[in-house]
This record gives sequence, C-alpha cells and structure tokens, in this order.
Amino acid sequence: MFPELGQWSLILSLLVAVSLAIVPLLGSYLRLEGWMRFADRATRVQFALVLLSFVILTLAFLQKDFSVAYVAQNSNTALPWYYRISAVWGAHEGSLLLWVLILCGWSIAVSLKGHELPLAFRARVLAIMGWVSTGFLAFITFTSNPFLRLFPAPAEGRDLNPLLQDPGLVIHPPMLYMGYVGFSVAFAFAVAGLLDGKLDSRWVRWARPWTNLAWAALTGGIVLGSWWAYYELGWGGWWFWDPVENASFMPWLAGTALLHSLAVTEKRKLFTSWTVLLAIITFSLSLLGTFLVRSGVLTSVHAFTSDPSRGLFILIFLAVMAGGALTLYAWRAPRLVVQQPFGLFSREVLILAGNIFLVLAMVVVLAGTLYPLVIDLLGASKISVGPPYFHTVFPLVLTPLVLLMPMGPFTRWKQDEPRRVVKLIWPGVLLTVVVLAVFALQMHQWSAYGLLAAAAGSWVLGGTLNYFWQRQRKARERVLGVGQMPSGVVGMILAHAGVGVFLLGVAMTESQSIEKDVRMAPGEQVELVGYQFRFLGAQHAEGPNYQAEQGTVEILKNDQVIATLHPQKRMYVAGGKPMTEAAIDAGFSRDLYVAMGEALGTDGAWAIRVYYKPYIRWIWLGGIFMLLGGIVAATDRRFRLAEQAVALREQKLALQEG
Amino acid sequence: MRFAVPLLIFLGLGLLLFFGLDNDPRKLPSPLIDKPAPAFTLPLLEEPDQTLGKDDLLGQVYLLNVWGSWCVACRTEHPYLMEIARRNEVPLYGLNWRDRPEEASRWLKQYGNPYTAVLADQAGRTVIDFGVYGAPETFLIDQKGVIRYKYVGPVTMEIYEQELLPRIRQLQEDQS
Repeated sequence: MFPELGQWSLILSLLVAVSLAIVPLLGSYLRLEGWMRFADRATRVQFALVLLSFVILTLAFLQKDFSVAYVAQNSNTALPWYYRISAVWGAHEGSLLLWVLILCGWSIAVSLKGHELPLAFRARVLAIMGWVSTGFLAFITFTSNPFLRLFPAPAEGRDLNPLLQDPGLVIHPPMLYMGYVGFSVAFAFAVAGLLDGKLDSRWVRWARPWTNLAWAALTGGIVLGSWWAYYELGWGGWWFWDPVENASFMPWLAGTALLHSLAVTEKRKLFTSWTVLLAIITFSLSLLGTFLVRSGVLTSVHAFTSDPSRGLFILIFLAVMAGGALTLYAWRAPRLVVQQPFGLFSREVLILAGNIFLVLAMVVVLAGTLYPLVIDLLGASKISVGPPYFHTVFPLVLTPLVLLMPMGPFTRWKQDEPRRVVKLIWPGVLLTVVVLAVFALQMHQWSAYGLLAAAAGSWVLGGTLNYFWQRQRKARERVLGVGQMPSGVVGMILAHAGVGVFLLGVAMTESQSIEKDVRMAPGEQVELVGYQFRFLGAQHAEGPNYQAEQGTVEILKNDQVIATLHPQKRMYVAGGKPMTEAAIDAGFSRDLYVAMGEALGTDGAWAIRVYYKPYIRWIWLGGIFMLLGGIVAATDRRFRLAEQAVALREQKLALQEG
Repeated sequence: MRFAVPLLIFLGLGLLLFFGLDNDPRKLPSPLIDKPAPAFTLPLLEEPDQTLGKDDLLGQVYLLNVWGSWCVACRTEHPYLMEIARRNEVPLYGLNWRDRPEEASRWLKQYGNPYTAVLADQAGRTVIDFGVYGAPETFLIDQKGVIRYKYVGPVTMEIYEQELLPRIRQLQEDQS
C-alpha cells in the first residue's frame, strides 16, 4: 500500500513542479502578483510531496519490503539498518530521488530566505529551479521509478553493492548532491538576470553565500569520495582520474571560478556576463556529470547500472536547460556589459587571470574525460588517456594559478603598483622557504616533481599565512575591530591555506610513498622506512552479511609494537562478491596501509601489500580547510546586511505604492 | 556575436554526446563476430623467449581477456576472473596490452594470476587487429579459431553466467 502512496506523491510532485515552472514565470511578465506568489506555495508543496516519497522509500528499506523491486535489488535481510537507510541512495533510482529532494530543499530555502528579493525576481528564480525539478521528476517517473513492484515478492534481496557498504559512502552522495544541486541557485539567478536584462549587484551579493555553501558541500563530497576510494578500493590511491571523479571535479573547478567572479561582479560591477556564463557552465557541468554517470557512455570503476534510454533523456534535458540558458545568454548578455575602468595590474585582472586558468583546467579534465568518445567517433583505435595525460597537462595549467594565488588578496581593486605588492609579499617568500625546507628534509628519496609540488604548496601556504599575519597587524594598529576580520576574509584565508596544505600532501604522498608486495608466511616480517610489518597469520571471521579471512599484522618501530592491523578479504554472501578491506594505521605525518592479496600455498602464507604513505592525510585536511572556508565565507555579515537593506528598500517601495 | 560562442561550443559537445550515446560500444556488435580471429603470434609475458600463436590454441573453446596493469576497470574485473579460473570451466588466456612487462608481472603476483597463459602485446598490434575499444574486453573463441562473442567492459559473475557460460557450454557440446 505504502509504495503506491510514494509513487502517487511523486507523480503529484511532478504536476506541482510543472506548474511551478510555468505559472510564476508567466505571472512575472503579466504582472500578476498572485501568480508570482504562487511560486512560494508551490515550492513548499513540492518539497512536502518529494519528502513524503523519500520517507516512504526509506521505510520500505527499513521494513525489508522486497516486493519493491528497488529494495529487493539493493538490500537484504542481513544488511544492518544503517546500510539499509544509505541503500536508499545506493543505486540509480534512489539517488535520483535524493537529488530531487535536495533540489527541493534548496528551492524552499531560497523561498524562505528570499523574501527580501523583489517579488518578480524571486518568482523567476523559483520557476527556473522548478524547470530543473520538473526535468528530474519526469526522469524518475518515466524511466526510473523506485517504487516498481515485484510480483511475487522474493523472500530475500540481492544485497547492496559491497563497495557501498561503508560509512564514507553513507554521506558521500548526499554531500556531493548538495554541491551539484546547490549550483542550481546560482544558475537560476543568472538566468533570471538574463530574463530581466540586468543583474543588480545587490542580487549578486545575495547569490554569493548560496554559491559558497554549494561549493563547500561539493568540496566535502569530493574529499569524502577520495578518502573512501583510498581505504575501500584497497589500492592505496586517492584519485584515479576516473570519469565519475572527473564528473564531480569539473563543476568544482568551474564553481571555484564562479566564486571569484561573483566577488568581482559584486564589488566592481565588472565581468557580469562572464559571471553569468560561469554560473550556467557550472550547473550544466553538474548535469553533465549526472549524464556521464548514468548513461554508461563512459566506463568507469564506479559504473552504476546504465541504460542508454536514460542517457538520452538526460541529454535532452541538458540540451533544454544548458542550451536554453546559453541561447538566452547569446541574446541577452550584451545588455549586461557595463564599462568600468580598471588598471592592468589590479585585483580584478588577477582574479580574471586565475579564472581563465581554472576554466582551462576544467577544459583539460573535460577533454580527458570525453576523449574516448571522440576517438570512438573517429573510428580510430582507442588510446588510453588516463593518469599519464592528466599528470602531464594538469600541472602546467595549475602552475600559473598557484603563482597568482597568494598575490590576489594583497592587490587592490581598480589599480595597484606591482612594487607595492612585491614589498608586501616578501615575508611570504621567507615563509615559503622555511616550509619547503621542513618538507624537503623529510624526503627520503629524490624527486624533482615532489620538490616542485612541495614548493607550490609552500608558496601558497606561506603566502596565505603572510597575508593573515599582515592583515592581523594592520587591524591591531588601527585598533578598529581589534583584529576582527570579516568572515569573508577568514573564509578566503582558510580556503587558500587549504589549497597549500593539499598541495603539500600531494607532493609528499606522490613522490615519497613506498609500496611493497610480499609473500608472507605467519611469523615473517618485512621492513619499510624503519617500520617492521610482522604477519601473524589469517583467521576466518564472519560479519553480518559476509565471510572473511582476517589477517593480523603487527607494526613495530624500534622493537615496540605501535599498531596491530586487521586487513580482511571478504566474500559477501548474497552477491558472492569478493572485497578487499584494507587496514590502515593513520597518522598526521604518515599512513601505514596493509591489504591482503591472495592466499598462497598451504603454509598459511598470503600475498600482502604494505604501503607507507607520508602526509596523505593532508590531502583531505586541505579539502576540509577549503570546505570550512566556504562555510565561514557564507556567514559574512555583509551578506546579511545586504539582505536587510534590500528588504528595507522593498518596504519603502511598497509604502510609496500603497 | 562573441556571446554566442559558448552556445556553439555546447552544441558541438551535445552532438558528440548524442553520437556517443548511439555509439555505446557495449551495444555495437563487433564486426569480427563469427569471423575467424585475426592471426597472432606473441611472446609469453612470463617467458618472453617463448611464443604462443592462434594455431597453438586451435581445438579448444577459450576466453581471451584483454587487460593492462594501467587499466582501472581491469582491477574491478580481476576478482571475477580469479573466480572464473577457479571454476575451471573454460581456459582463460590473457592478452596484456601496451604494458611494461615488469608491471604486468607484478600485478599478477600481487592479485593472483587467473590466466592459463598471458600473451604480451607491447606494440598493441594484435589488439588493434581484434578491434578492441578499450580494456578490459573479453573474446570467446571456438575450436576453429572463430570469434563467437565479445564482451566490452569488466566481466562480472552475472555476465559470465548469463552471457558467456551458456555459449561456452553450447560450443563445447558441439565439439563432443
């Protein structure tokens, strides 16, 4: 009974979404206030209906209702309850439902917080988000119904993909979707601005915290994904340039450019058309990511069940949304161009340069991801572009970005003197040398690449710390605010420092990691950078829905046991799928990683892989800094004051008219 | 005019994706199916001074799996290949594509070797002859050296049991 209710509420929500996409938009042109106000109501109803569907699907999982095909395919009676909840978004249908739920969440947030926005503008923004939800709800209803029944109902489900039975994966997709979908707000603002033919800087200011939050969520999602791949796939890598990873990285790069461009547009009313374009590109890339993951056009480690008819649907949707927005852009953007004088050396120019390199980096990733498709079309034999391509091209694009990064904050808007900036930057150079020395001394094997990457990280971290220090000093001199910095600046410092930390982590991990594959009989040991790994044998172990061979490995340093690790080789009962569960002794400056290969011979020996990974935690630590930076920046008081100012003006207007 | 440039780029991209969708390699039957497999004679990965050719493999039904240690999807496929090898229902030969021999050997030591023998195609010539789209790809070849089926992408137990095994059984019965 319940699943049918879920389906009904899904269909109803589609109808509401269609009306949300049309009525307020018409209202904004016909100046019908009631029609415009309809946007707020429809947004609320839509959210309630989608939430109901989602809750019903979750209940079906919790109650092990295998008469629902989706539940039967992705869970089973032995699955613990928390994985039964996360199994809701463990496959295609449910993850789309989560996507729409988050979209409806963002819409309702815009509706609730947006009462300061002019009514017509808000109505348009919500209507455009309604177009997006219409597309996705139709997609779910017509091609991917999660409530489809199985008759007769099986007694047992097929189990969730073991790769996804993991705490990291419980929160990874929701975070990622928060980011993807969050960019729909900036997109809706941009398109509404194009419809208006003007983009008021107050609205730009209003859009900034939303974009910051979306960006922070996407950063968090990517970090979690990378962390998950590291410990769950059992290969010790943290990034594979896999199409699905690239699909999330592209909107991140474009979104980073968007963040910066929004700042220029708000402060200087410049680059408006560029900002609008970036907003459209960023969200289109989020849709493209969904397309790539769902259509099976590209094969990937993460390969979900894919289906060309679904791919076609998303492609048409992408064509309507991105194509429509870009057509509108081609027609209306010339009106957005505002002439403002700015000098050749100024903050806006540095940001623009940084943006160009970010977009270039995005194009590099896009080209590498779609390359196999092009080659297919040309009929040539496929050449593998994988890590080698990215490892050669990416640093080239990244270098200018890294060089610019610490300079931007020091440089003034409009016009600045290079000499003045250089004077401010030199303490940063000293810091860079110190940081670099600290890390270079810890390198136990020579690597030019490692040193260059560490220099890049030190330059960004040193330069950012220098900025923080100078800014603090200036604030203290003035006694103003007693060292109080606007949270926008704090957020920027955190995020930039995060990039430095990240680069240092990459430099150390990529150039200094050591990996050994050894055959180990019980009692044997192997040494790695001063650590002794002693294999004590493997025993049989049982989990709730899997059987495992569990190894015991002691790690000794200076003859002291510092950790005992239990890597596993699991066999999931329901799917018969083997899985490698690595065991990691994590640390601030190094990870020790043990994974089991195959059982060898009869003496209890196993093929064992041991890794030493220096500073790998810094890769994710840097990501966490960036995430925090995004959140802190979104709380800047200026944004709230701006809202109040807009509200005040609105009230006055209303009084005058009334 | 310059404001229309993004739209034009997008249209190009859209067309590419559209044809990409149509061109889904999994859907496209290989033109080589039911044709004799291209002739090959390649050195063995583990003993490079020995070679193995198509003619040596005549008279048996076998799977030929194209892989490389650089190929991420091959890693996901690998445990299933181990399982297929364990079940011993069909000989599985590996065609190691554009790989460094030491890395390929290391992979086999590390994860286990499911292959009866591994042919090393460093130049990638044989792989081109087979019309391979990308690794991993798996060919089913019969007693007369004719390609009977090909699967693009990682083989799983499901695919093995539903797509490959029935055909293998059929071919093996035809022989006896």
